[in-house]
Amino acid sequence: MATRQTASLARLMRAPAIILLLIWMIVPLGMTLYYSFLNYNLLNPTGTSWAGWFNYQYFYSDPAFFDAIWNTLALVLGVLTITVVGGIAIALLIDKPIFGQGIVRILVISPFFVMPPVAALIWKNMIMHPSYGVFADIARFFGAQPVDWFAQFPLTSIIIIVAWQWLPFATLILLTALQSLDGEQMEAAEMDGAGSLSRFIHLTLPHMARAITVVILIQTIFLLGIYAEILVTTNGGPGNASTNLTYLIYRAARLNFDIGGAAAGGIIAVILANIVAVFLMRAVGKNLD
Amino acid sequence: MGRITLENVTKRFGDVEVIPPLNLDIEDGEFVVFVGPSGCGKSTLLRLIAGLEDTSGGQILIDGNDATDTPPARRGLAMVFQSYALYPHMSVRKNIAFPMRMANVDQAEQDRRIAAAAAALNLTDYLDRRPGQLSGGQRQRVAIGRAIVREPAAFLFDEPLSNLDAALRVGMRLEISELHQRLKTTMIYVTHDQVEAMTMADKIVVLRAGHIEQVGSPMDLYRTPRNLFVAGFIGSPKMNLITGPAAADHDATTIGVRPEHIKVSATEGTWKGRIGVSEHLGSDTFFYIEDTGLSETITVRAGGEIDLHHGDTVWLTPDPTKIHRFDAQGDRIA
Ligand SMILES: Nc1ncnc2c1ncn2[C@@H]1O[C@H](COP(=O)(O)OP(=O)(O)OP(=O)(O)O)[C@@H](O)[C@H]1O
Ligand SMILES: [Mg+2]
Repeated sequence: MATRQTASLARLMRAPAIILLLIWMIVPLGMTLYYSFLNYNLLNPTGTSWAGWFNYQYFYSDPAFFDAIWNTLALVLGVLTITVVGGIAIALLIDKPIFGQGIVRILVISPFFVMPPVAALIWKNMIMHPSYGVFADIARFFGAQPVDWFAQFPLTSIIIIVAWQWLPFATLILLTALQSLDGEQMEAAEMDGAGSLSRFIHLTLPHMARAITVVILIQTIFLLGIYAEILVTTNGGPGNASTNLTYLIYRAARLNFDIGGAAAGGIIAVILANIVAVFLMRAVGKNLD
Repeated sequence: MGRITLENVTKRFGDVEVIPPLNLDIEDGEFVVFVGPSGCGKSTLLRLIAGLEDTSGGQILIDGNDATDTPPARRGLAMVFQSYALYPHMSVRKNIAFPMRMANVDQAEQDRRIAAAAAALNLTDYLDRRPGQLSGGQRQRVAIGRAIVREPAAFLFDEPLSNLDAALRVGMRLEISELHQRLKTTMIYVTHDQVEAMTMADKIVVLRAGHIEQVGSPMDLYRTPRNLFVAGFIGSPKMNLITGPAAADHDATTIGVRPEHIKVSATEGTWKGRIGVSEHLGSDTFFYIEDTGLSETITVRAGGEIDLHHGDTVWLTPDPTKIHRFDAQGDRIA
């Protein structure tokens, strides 16, 4: 614990970094807020005028808006569920001493090093493609009709791709937590008559609670902004079936050149992110104490 | 019931034989202490009994039944670890209740046993705390409480007091001894603390390199150590082991005399020497006598009020009935 003297010194030393970060954050946010109240279209930059709440009303009344919010939440929740559950399972597996452990661990981590658009393209063209993807081959092998993933299950497909990318991150964090679990505690529980399932529920899971929280918080930040995977696979379609909030904003800004509308969308996204953050901190934040 | 028999129990880690075939009988209700130098296999032996390690050979019988391949949970033994191994996210109450929960003991019975254990171990005020909010001694008591409520056939302790400070250690030592007297359950206790071994044990097992050097009551080992290793290991301060002409006088290669069996005098005696270091403890005084012409510095215990100091010339007389004689192999000569 810091004494009072070191605390004030520490505050002084921290100040430049915090002020810089604050400026870094406030200026773009302020500009976005300002633009969101303007009629500002790049196709007609001279016609820029004050718009009041129009951009917000416009965004809100867009039928794609609620779809996008729902899709954003589904994407985040779906990926979180898969990565946390899968990450725990894989971490448990590769924590056991096995032959070629080093290689296996590197292989498990490797998807994280593939850039998002590349990963999405690989999945789109080599794995999920209805005629020459691996999944289609497997389906045909069993005599079934291949699934056209991006047409039939666009959001699910994107969830699978993103989960594949984030699984290594979750695994890595959860594995380090698992490795710090005290062996004697496990042995004590074994002697106390706890089977492997009870040991997992009563010891392993509570021990990993903090790591799981970290995984959920960090991933949520990144998952709210998923965009590249949608762009290179479904383009948000069919219809709005795989459009999330980020993609909707992109559509406003880059396809319609509507800076004001995009800025309003950005502000809405920030508000949504904060709502999610509040819920998250309520739900899992206590594990971080 | 808690009768434990080891028959030719062997343990190898890879090519290293940590425990060569070993036989040991532990009677029901006995307090057995394993002592030995660090790395001699005390913990390994305890873990073999607990079932936390697989044997490489031999049999472990509990109450006459072969338990060699029985999983730890079904051996009916409870273990207290050196690191306490409490479950950090559970309250003291939940920690103690855990083995009963796993055994589906009904709630009323659980509460009764927790209350009884907490009262016996002075934990009643701490039941709702987490282990992280307890002192070392309290944590140790929780670990013992968790073991008691299972009503095991035997308790296994692996250096349970080594993380505690000296004063607390004495207190806990007494508490564990009292517990044994009250429960009359078999206890196996690993330590390398002399005093714990001597004061608590019904039976001490002295181990060296996985091998039993001697088994016996504390006073047996003190009075008739079977060889030089046990002679040097049991007793504090260590027995003086003298070789050379002084030993030859007694027809032995080595003779051993405990510090408390040597009389110090300023005027007359068998061996003449000079006081090197002297430690005045109040109740006792320990002298380290040099320049005696013997093979090593002689440790002597004298009364607390004795008026001799560093540099004084003194005479030493060993009690002739308390001289231990050992042959060239280091074995006791009867
Ligand atoms: N898992 C293991 N793999 C290989 N060797 C081991 C293993 N566990 C213990 N040993 C070896 O077995 C020997 C006995 O170890 P053990 O832990 O039983 O000693 P100990 O008598 O309890 O020592 P201490 O008093 O220091 O606790 C040591 O030489 C140790 O290196
Ligand atoms: Mg040990």
